[in-house]
Amino acid sequence: MIAQNIGFWIIAVLMVVSALRVVTTNNVVHAALWLVVVLAGAAGQYILLAAEFVAITQVLVYIGAVMVLFLFGTMLTRARIGAESDLNNSYKKLGIPVGLVMLVAMGLALTRSFGDEKLPESAKVVSIQEVSDQIFGPYLLPFWALSFVLLAAVVGAIVLARKD
Amino acid sequence: MFVNQFLFLAAVLFCIGVYGVIARKNAVLMLMSIELILNSVNINLLTFAMRNGSTDGHTFALYIIAIAAAEVGVGLGLVLLVYRNKKTISVDELSEMRG
Repeated sequence: MIAQNIGFWIIAVLMVVSALRVVTTNNVVHAALWLVVVLAGAAGQYILLAAEFVAITQVLVYIGAVMVLFLFGTMLTRARIGAESDLNNSYKKLGIPVGLVMLVAMGLALTRSFGDEKLPESAKVVSIQEVSDQIFGPYLLPFWALSFVLLAAVVGAIVLARKD
Repeated sequence: MFVNQFLFLAAVLFCIGVYGVIARKNAVLMLMSIELILNSVNINLLTFAMRNGSTDGHTFALYIIAIAAAEVGVGLGLVLLVYRNKKTISVDELSEMRG
């Protein structure tokens, strides 16, 4: 448990710092690369939470596909790649109190509800078989709906981005 | 490991994402902040799955990942369309709906 705790805190600090860089950096490509660090850290946390299949899917879908989409979007929508000065709103200072108030509210709710409750020590790793039994068993209907959503999204993205 | 350390990490990521959505003007960076928010929700779901010893949270997390991929695809398609018509992706300058 000690090793897992050390791993958790290292990854957590890395994730928070990278997330702050994502929302504060002046370079869109750097923001995308910092986002890769956050997503990889999230995959590490999923492994600590005994969710190996979700972690692998996170790496494949987010770091593999979504990041490529972001980089393509960056390159297709701007001529130059480099630092820019007009990425933030004029009222961006308003975001700091909003974020802090939400954090304090959620922190109070979490400390009151869960206190120092511990996760079960001997949780076994959830295998792909159990997850697939869930998806193709009780959650089959949402799975179908999800495939229609993906189909509609692919068609919609092509229709939107096509030159005509 | 405490339940709260994961939930607090997710809360911090969520708030950073909300700050990003408010503070950023560039549409691509707003989409990145939305990805931060979705990831914090996934951490929450998996934490509760481990706490309750069930696998429902894993299924939901996978569905959220799929929805996020679809959202990014359509979102970037919209951003490209806006860029082609307006030559900018600053959301402050999209003000045709103002009365």
